[in-house]
Amino acid sequence: MARDSGIWQNSFIFISVDFNFSLRPKIKRQQLQQRQGTKTGKKKKMHSFGYRANALLTFAVTILALMCAIASLSDNLNTPSPSAQIEILNINWFQKQPHGNDEVSLTLNITADLQSLFTWNTKQLFIFVAAEYETPKNALNQVSLWDAIIPAKEFAKFSIHTSNKYRFIDQGHNLRSKEFNLTLHWHVMPKTGKMFANKIVMSGYRLPEDYR
Amino acid sequence: MGWIGESIESIKSLQIRQVLTQGVSLGMIVTSALIIWKALMCITGSESPVVVVLSGSMEPGFKRGDILFLHMSKDPIRAGEIVVFNVDGREIPIVHRVIKVHERQDTGEVEVLTKGDNNYGDDRLLYAQGQLWLKRQHIMGRAVGFLPYVGWVTIIMTEKPIIKYILIGALGLLVITSKD
Repeated sequence: MARDSGIWQNSFIFISVDFNFSLRPKIKRQQLQQRQGTKTGKKKKMHSFGYRANALLTFAVTILALMCAIASLSDNLNTPSPSAQIEILNINWFQKQPHGNDEVSLTLNITADLQSLFTWNTKQLFIFVAAEYETPKNALNQVSLWDAIIPAKEFAKFSIHTSNKYRFIDQGHNLRSKEFNLTLHWHVMPKTGKMFANKIVMSGYRLPEDYR
Repeated sequence: MGWIGESIESIKSLQIRQVLTQGVSLGMIVTSALIIWKALMCITGSESPVVVVLSGSMEPGFKRGDILFLHMSKDPIRAGEIVVFNVDGREIPIVHRVIKVHERQDTGEVEVLTKGDNNYGDDRLLYAQGQLWLKRQHIMGRAVGFLPYVGWVTIIMTEKPIIKYILIGALGLLVITSKD
Protein backbone atom coordinates (compact mmCIF):
# COMPACT_ATOMS: atom_id res chain seq x y z
CA MET A 1 0.00 0.00 0.00
CA ALA A 2 1.26 3.52 -0.62
CA ARG A 3 0.11 7.00 0.19
CA ASP A 4 -1.05 9.41 -2.50
CA SER A 5 0.86 12.46 -3.61
CA GLY A 6 -1.18 15.27 -2.03
CA ILE A 7 0.62 15.07 1.28
CA TRP A 8 3.96 14.88 -0.53
CA GLN A 9 3.26 18.08 -2.40
CA ASN A 10 2.55 19.84 0.87
CA SER A 11 5.65 18.40 2.54
CA PHE A 12 7.77 19.47 -0.40
CA ILE A 13 6.47 23.03 -0.21
CA PHE A 14 6.97 23.11 3.53
CA ILE A 15 10.55 21.88 3.20
CA SER A 16 11.41 24.46 0.51
CA VAL A 17 10.07 27.29 2.67
CA ASP A 18 12.15 25.97 5.53
CA PHE A 19 15.31 25.75 3.42
CA ASN A 20 14.82 29.20 1.98
CA PHE A 21 14.35 30.63 5.40
CA SER A 22 17.51 29.14 6.83
CA LEU A 23 19.56 30.11 3.80
CA ARG A 24 18.73 33.83 4.02
CA PRO A 25 21.84 36.02 4.28
CA LYS A 26 23.18 36.47 7.78
CA ILE A 27 23.98 40.16 7.19
CA LYS A 28 20.32 41.12 7.19
CA ARG A 29 19.87 39.40 10.52
CA GLN A 30 22.68 41.41 12.11
CA GLN A 31 21.26 44.68 10.74
CA LEU A 32 17.91 43.72 12.14
CA GLN A 33 19.34 43.15 15.59
CA GLN A 34 21.06 46.55 15.50
CA ARG A 35 17.77 48.18 14.44
CA GLN A 36 15.96 46.68 17.39
CA GLY A 37 18.38 48.56 19.61
CA THR A 38 19.75 47.20 22.79
CA LYS A 39 16.84 45.05 23.90
CA THR A 40 17.38 42.53 26.60
CA GLY A 41 19.91 39.81 25.97
CA LYS A 42 17.25 37.17 26.69
CA LYS A 43 15.14 38.27 23.69
CA LYS A 44 18.04 37.86 21.26
CA LYS A 45 18.78 34.39 22.64
CA MET A 46 15.18 33.29 22.12
CA HIS A 47 15.20 34.47 18.50
CA SER A 48 18.49 32.78 17.73
CA PHE A 49 17.29 29.49 19.18
CA GLY A 50 14.63 29.28 16.52
CA TYR A 51 17.07 30.28 13.79
CA ARG A 52 19.69 27.86 15.01
CA ALA A 53 17.33 24.93 15.29
CA ASN A 54 16.04 25.58 11.79
CA ALA A 55 19.52 25.98 10.30
CA LEU A 56 20.73 22.83 12.02
CA LEU A 57 17.79 20.84 10.75
CA THR A 58 18.19 21.92 7.14
CA PHE A 59 21.94 21.28 7.27
CA ALA A 60 21.42 17.79 8.70
CA VAL A 61 18.85 16.93 6.04
CA THR A 62 21.11 18.16 3.24
CA ILE A 63 24.09 16.16 4.47
CA LEU A 64 21.98 13.02 4.88
CA ALA A 65 20.61 13.36 1.37
CA LEU A 66 24.13 13.80 0.03
CA MET A 67 25.35 10.70 1.85
CA CYS A 68 22.50 8.62 0.47
CA ALA A 69 23.26 9.81 -3.06
CA ILE A 70 26.96 8.95 -2.72
CA ALA A 71 26.13 5.53 -1.27
CA SER A 72 23.92 4.85 -4.24
CA LEU A 73 26.54 6.02 -6.73
CA SER A 74 29.12 3.70 -5.17
CA ASP A 75 27.02 0.78 -6.38
CA ASN A 76 28.01 1.60 -9.95
CA LEU A 77 31.63 0.75 -9.18
CA ASN A 78 30.76 -2.91 -8.70
CA THR A 79 31.19 -5.23 -11.73
CA PRO A 80 29.19 -8.37 -11.09
CA SER A 81 29.85 -11.79 -12.64
CA PRO A 82 26.98 -14.09 -11.71
CA SER A 83 26.40 -17.60 -13.01
CA ALA A 84 23.50 -20.01 -12.94
CA GLN A 85 22.21 -23.35 -14.25
CA ILE A 86 18.70 -24.71 -14.18
CA GLU A 87 17.78 -28.33 -14.83
CA ILE A 88 14.29 -29.72 -15.21
CA LEU A 89 14.36 -32.90 -13.16
CA ASN A 90 10.82 -34.03 -13.75
CA ILE A 91 7.51 -33.07 -15.31
CA ASN A 92 5.15 -33.98 -12.49
CA TRP A 93 1.97 -33.57 -14.46
CA PHE A 94 0.64 -31.73 -17.49
CA GLN A 95 -3.08 -31.16 -17.80
CA LYS A 96 -5.76 -29.09 -19.41
CA GLN A 97 -7.84 -27.21 -16.83
CA PRO A 98 -11.66 -27.25 -16.86
CA HIS A 99 -11.56 -23.61 -18.10
CA GLY A 100 -9.47 -24.65 -21.07
CA ASN A 101 -6.05 -23.41 -19.95
CA ASP A 102 -3.02 -25.67 -19.90
CA GLU A 103 -1.19 -26.20 -16.64
CA VAL A 104 2.08 -27.96 -15.97
CA SER A 105 3.93 -28.82 -12.76
CA LEU A 106 7.72 -29.20 -12.80
CA THR A 107 10.51 -30.07 -10.42
CA LEU A 108 13.60 -27.95 -10.95
CA ASN A 109 17.20 -28.03 -9.81
CA ILE A 110 18.50 -24.46 -9.57
CA THR A 111 22.21 -23.84 -9.04
CA ALA A 112 23.63 -20.34 -8.92
CA ASP A 113 26.51 -18.22 -7.71
CA LEU A 114 25.37 -14.63 -7.19
CA GLN A 115 27.92 -13.54 -4.62
CA SER A 116 29.49 -10.90 -6.89
CA LEU A 117 26.25 -8.92 -6.94
CA PHE A 118 26.48 -7.95 -3.29
CA THR A 119 27.96 -4.56 -2.32
CA TRP A 120 28.17 -2.84 1.06
CA ASN A 121 25.01 -0.96 0.11
CA THR A 122 22.97 -4.10 -0.64
CA LYS A 123 20.12 -4.96 1.69
CA GLN A 124 18.94 -8.09 -0.06
CA LEU A 125 18.76 -9.80 -3.42
CA PHE A 126 15.36 -10.85 -4.73
CA ILE A 127 15.67 -13.64 -7.29
CA PHE A 128 13.07 -15.49 -9.29
CA VAL A 129 12.92 -18.03 -12.10
CA ALA A 130 10.50 -17.32 -14.92
CA ALA A 131 9.48 -19.37 -17.93
CA GLU A 132 9.27 -17.31 -21.13
CA TYR A 133 7.60 -18.49 -24.30
CA GLU A 134 5.60 -17.31 -27.28
CA THR A 135 2.14 -18.39 -28.42
CA PRO A 136 0.05 -17.51 -31.48
CA LYS A 137 -2.09 -15.17 -29.39
CA ASN A 138 0.62 -13.67 -27.17
CA ALA A 139 3.95 -12.25 -28.35
CA LEU A 140 5.46 -12.84 -24.92
CA ASN A 141 4.45 -14.79 -21.86
CA GLN A 142 6.43 -14.59 -18.66
CA VAL A 143 5.36 -16.82 -15.81
CA SER A 144 7.23 -16.74 -12.53
CA LEU A 145 7.78 -20.25 -11.22
CA TRP A 146 9.81 -19.74 -8.08
CA ASP A 147 11.32 -16.89 -6.11
CA ALA A 148 13.52 -16.37 -3.07
CA ILE A 149 15.08 -13.62 -1.03
CA ILE A 150 18.83 -13.78 -0.39
CA PRO A 151 19.56 -11.66 2.67
CA ALA A 152 23.35 -11.86 2.67
CA LYS A 153 26.39 -12.76 0.57
CA GLU A 154 26.89 -16.12 2.32
CA PHE A 155 23.57 -17.42 1.02
CA ALA A 156 24.15 -16.29 -2.54
CA LYS A 157 25.87 -19.49 -3.66
CA PHE A 158 23.32 -22.28 -3.57
CA SER A 159 21.80 -25.31 -5.20
CA ILE A 160 18.15 -26.13 -4.64
CA HIS A 161 15.67 -28.84 -5.62
CA THR A 162 12.15 -27.51 -5.79
CA SER A 163 8.82 -27.86 -7.52
CA ASN A 164 7.32 -24.67 -8.91
CA LYS A 165 6.04 -22.37 -6.21
CA TYR A 166 3.60 -20.61 -8.52
CA ARG A 167 1.31 -22.33 -10.96
CA PHE A 168 2.49 -22.47 -14.54
CA ILE A 169 -0.77 -21.75 -16.36
CA ASP A 170 -1.08 -20.63 -19.96
CA GLN A 171 -3.71 -18.32 -21.45
CA GLY A 172 -5.10 -21.04 -23.68
CA HIS A 173 -3.91 -24.52 -24.52
CA ASN A 174 -0.67 -23.90 -26.33
CA LEU A 175 1.82 -25.68 -24.13
CA ARG A 176 2.09 -29.06 -25.84
CA SER A 177 5.66 -29.51 -27.13
CA LYS A 178 6.26 -25.85 -26.43
CA GLU A 179 9.83 -24.61 -26.45
CA PHE A 180 10.57 -22.17 -23.68
CA ASN A 181 13.38 -20.27 -21.96
CA LEU A 182 14.05 -20.33 -18.26
CA THR A 183 15.40 -17.02 -17.00
CA LEU A 184 16.91 -16.35 -13.61
CA HIS A 185 16.14 -12.72 -12.73
CA TRP A 186 17.69 -10.86 -9.85
CA HIS A 187 16.72 -7.57 -8.27
CA VAL A 188 19.35 -5.85 -6.13
CA MET A 189 17.53 -3.94 -3.37
CA PRO A 190 19.91 -1.42 -1.80
CA LYS A 191 20.02 -0.07 1.72
CA THR A 192 19.43 3.29 0.07
CA GLY A 193 19.22 4.53 -3.51
CA LYS A 194 18.82 3.10 -6.96
CA MET A 195 17.70 -0.47 -7.54
CA PHE A 196 19.29 -2.68 -10.20
CA ALA A 197 17.82 -5.64 -11.99
CA ASN A 198 19.17 -8.06 -14.56
CA LYS A 199 18.81 -11.65 -15.73
CA ILE A 200 20.44 -14.74 -17.24
CA VAL A 201 18.49 -16.42 -20.03
CA MET A 202 18.79 -20.17 -20.47
CA SER A 203 17.12 -21.59 -23.53
CA GLY A 204 16.51 -25.01 -24.95
CA TYR A 205 13.79 -26.40 -22.70
CA ARG A 206 10.78 -28.16 -24.12
CA LEU A 207 7.48 -29.41 -22.76
CA PRO A 208 6.19 -32.91 -23.67
CA GLU A 209 3.93 -33.47 -26.65
CA ASP A 210 0.99 -34.89 -24.74
CA TYR A 211 -0.82 -34.38 -21.51
CA ARG A 212 0.20 -36.67 -18.62
CA MET B 1 6.39 31.91 27.74
CA GLY B 2 8.48 35.07 27.40
CA TRP B 3 9.14 34.07 23.82
CA ILE B 4 5.46 34.08 22.96
CA GLY B 5 5.05 37.52 24.57
CA GLU B 6 7.95 38.91 22.55
CA SER B 7 6.55 37.38 19.37
CA ILE B 8 3.18 39.03 19.97
CA GLU B 9 4.93 42.37 20.59
CA SER B 10 6.90 42.09 17.39
CA ILE B 11 3.76 41.13 15.44
CA LYS B 12 1.99 44.21 16.75
CA SER B 13 4.85 46.47 15.69
CA LEU B 14 4.81 45.21 12.07
CA GLN B 15 4.01 47.62 9.31
CA ILE B 16 1.57 46.73 6.58
CA ARG B 17 4.11 47.12 3.79
CA GLN B 18 6.57 44.78 5.47
CA VAL B 19 3.89 42.20 6.00
CA LEU B 20 2.84 42.40 2.37
CA THR B 21 6.40 42.14 1.11
CA GLN B 22 6.98 39.08 3.20
CA GLY B 23 3.68 37.62 2.10
CA VAL B 24 4.68 38.05 -1.52
CA SER B 25 8.12 36.49 -1.06
CA LEU B 26 6.56 33.58 0.80
CA GLY B 27 4.10 33.17 -2.04
CA MET B 28 6.98 33.16 -4.52
CA ILE B 29 8.76 30.41 -2.63
CA VAL B 30 5.64 28.32 -2.43
CA THR B 31 4.88 28.66 -6.12
CA SER B 32 8.43 27.84 -7.16
CA ALA B 33 8.31 24.72 -5.00
CA LEU B 34 5.04 23.79 -6.70
CA ILE B 35 6.66 24.33 -10.10
CA ILE B 36 9.51 22.00 -9.20
CA TRP B 37 7.04 19.38 -8.01
CA LYS B 38 5.00 19.52 -11.20
CA ALA B 39 8.19 19.40 -13.25
CA LEU B 40 9.14 16.22 -11.39
CA MET B 41 5.77 14.77 -12.29
CA CYS B 42 6.48 15.56 -15.94
CA ILE B 43 9.99 14.13 -15.92
CA THR B 44 9.09 10.88 -14.25
CA GLY B 45 5.91 10.53 -16.26
CA SER B 46 3.98 9.48 -13.20
CA GLU B 47 1.12 11.15 -11.35
CA SER B 48 2.94 10.69 -8.12
CA PRO B 49 6.73 10.67 -8.35
CA VAL B 50 7.13 9.72 -4.69
CA VAL B 51 5.09 7.31 -2.58
CA VAL B 52 5.28 6.05 1.00
CA VAL B 53 5.01 2.36 1.82
CA LEU B 54 2.17 1.83 4.29
CA SER B 55 1.96 -1.92 4.76
CA GLY B 56 4.39 -4.77 5.29
CA SER B 57 3.49 -6.74 2.20
CA MET B 58 6.87 -6.17 0.57
CA GLU B 59 9.06 -6.93 3.57
CA PRO B 60 11.93 -7.36 4.13
CA GLY B 61 12.65 -5.29 1.06
CA PHE B 62 10.37 -2.33 1.78
CA LYS B 63 9.25 -1.64 5.30
CA ARG B 64 6.46 0.62 6.47
CA GLY B 65 7.73 4.18 6.35
CA ASP B 66 10.11 3.83 3.40
CA ILE B 67 9.71 6.08 0.41
CA LEU B 68 9.90 4.94 -3.20
CA PHE B 69 10.82 6.99 -6.27
CA LEU B 70 8.72 6.15 -9.28
CA HIS B 71 9.32 6.42 -12.99
CA MET B 72 7.02 5.52 -15.83
CA SER B 73 8.52 5.00 -19.26
CA LYS B 74 6.99 3.63 -22.43
CA ASP B 75 9.01 0.40 -22.05
CA PRO B 76 6.83 -2.67 -21.80
CA ILE B 77 6.10 -4.07 -18.38
CA ARG B 78 8.15 -7.16 -17.62
CA ALA B 79 8.20 -9.76 -14.86
CA GLY B 80 10.12 -8.79 -11.74
CA GLU B 81 9.47 -5.07 -11.92
CA ILE B 82 8.06 -3.43 -8.83
CA VAL B 83 5.01 -1.46 -9.91
CA VAL B 84 2.62 0.91 -8.20
CA PHE B 85 -0.93 0.45 -9.36
CA ASN B 86 -4.47 1.62 -8.67
CA VAL B 87 -7.37 -0.74 -8.46
CA ASP B 88 -10.79 0.62 -9.49
CA GLY B 89 -12.72 1.31 -6.36
CA ARG B 90 -9.69 1.51 -4.07
CA GLU B 91 -8.22 4.91 -3.33
CA ILE B 92 -4.83 3.85 -2.01
CA PRO B 93 -2.33 2.66 -4.63
CA ILE B 94 -0.51 -0.62 -4.05
CA VAL B 95 3.20 -1.38 -4.49
CA HIS B 96 3.86 -5.00 -5.49
CA ARG B 97 6.00 -7.03 -7.85
CA VAL B 98 4.92 -8.34 -11.27
CA ILE B 99 5.02 -12.14 -11.43
CA LYS B 100 3.16 -12.92 -14.67
CA VAL B 101 3.06 -11.08 -17.98
CA HIS B 102 1.05 -11.92 -21.08
CA GLU B 103 1.61 -9.56 -24.03
CA ARG B 104 -0.71 -9.72 -27.04
CA GLN B 105 0.76 -10.20 -30.49
CA ASP B 106 -1.56 -7.87 -32.34
CA THR B 107 -2.18 -4.93 -30.01
CA GLY B 108 0.88 -5.12 -27.78
CA GLU B 109 -1.38 -4.80 -24.75
CA VAL B 110 -0.19 -6.54 -21.61
CA GLU B 111 -2.03 -8.40 -18.91
CA VAL B 112 -0.17 -8.53 -15.66
CA LEU B 113 -0.46 -10.36 -12.35
CA THR B 114 1.21 -8.99 -9.22
CA LYS B 115 2.10 -10.29 -5.78
CA GLY B 116 3.60 -8.80 -2.66
CA ASP B 117 6.93 -10.41 -1.74
CA ASN B 118 5.76 -11.08 1.80
CA ASN B 119 2.27 -12.27 0.85
CA TYR B 120 1.46 -15.93 0.43
CA GLY B 121 -0.89 -15.61 -2.52
CA ASP B 122 -1.09 -13.37 -5.55
CA ASP B 123 -3.07 -10.14 -5.76
CA ARG B 124 -6.24 -11.44 -7.43
CA LEU B 125 -8.01 -10.97 -4.08
CA LEU B 126 -7.12 -7.28 -4.18
CA TYR B 127 -8.27 -6.63 -7.72
CA ALA B 128 -11.81 -5.50 -8.50
CA GLN B 129 -14.62 -8.03 -8.57
CA GLY B 130 -14.13 -10.36 -11.51
CA GLN B 131 -10.84 -8.76 -12.54
CA LEU B 132 -8.11 -11.31 -13.17
CA TRP B 133 -5.36 -9.17 -14.68
CA LEU B 134 -3.99 -5.67 -14.46
CA LYS B 135 -3.64 -3.62 -17.61
CA ARG B 136 -1.25 -0.80 -18.37
CA GLN B 137 -3.77 1.91 -17.52
CA HIS B 138 -3.92 0.71 -13.92
CA ILE B 139 -0.19 1.12 -13.42
CA MET B 140 1.13 4.46 -12.16
CA GLY B 141 4.82 3.80 -12.26
CA ARG B 142 7.78 1.53 -11.64
CA ALA B 143 9.82 1.82 -8.45
CA VAL B 144 13.39 2.75 -9.37
CA GLY B 145 14.89 3.95 -6.11
CA PHE B 146 14.20 4.05 -2.43
CA LEU B 147 15.04 5.81 0.82
CA PRO B 148 14.47 4.10 4.17
CA TYR B 149 12.61 5.64 7.14
CA VAL B 150 12.03 9.09 5.58
CA GLY B 151 8.36 8.34 4.98
CA TRP B 152 7.60 8.17 8.71
CA VAL B 153 7.31 11.98 8.67
CA THR B 154 4.42 11.70 6.22
CA ILE B 155 2.76 8.85 8.10
CA ILE B 156 2.90 10.76 11.38
CA MET B 157 1.61 13.94 9.77
CA THR B 158 -1.30 12.08 8.22
CA GLU B 159 -2.29 10.08 11.26
CA LYS B 160 -1.83 12.89 13.77
CA PRO B 161 -2.63 16.06 11.85
CA ILE B 162 -2.04 18.17 14.96
CA ILE B 163 1.70 17.78 14.45
CA LYS B 164 1.36 19.16 10.93
CA TYR B 165 -0.37 22.27 12.29
CA ILE B 166 2.22 22.73 15.02
CA LEU B 167 5.09 22.56 12.52
CA ILE B 168 3.45 24.94 10.08
CA GLY B 169 2.58 27.29 12.93
CA ALA B 170 6.16 27.30 14.24
CA LEU B 171 7.61 27.98 10.80
CA GLY B 172 5.06 30.68 10.12
CA LEU B 173 5.90 32.36 13.41
CA LEU B 174 9.63 32.27 12.64
CA VAL B 175 9.05 33.75 9.20
CA ILE B 176 6.80 36.55 10.44
CA THR B 177 8.99 37.54 13.35
CA SER B 178 12.15 37.62 11.24
CA LYS B 179 11.20 41.02 9.85
CA ASP B 180 13.40 41.03 6.80
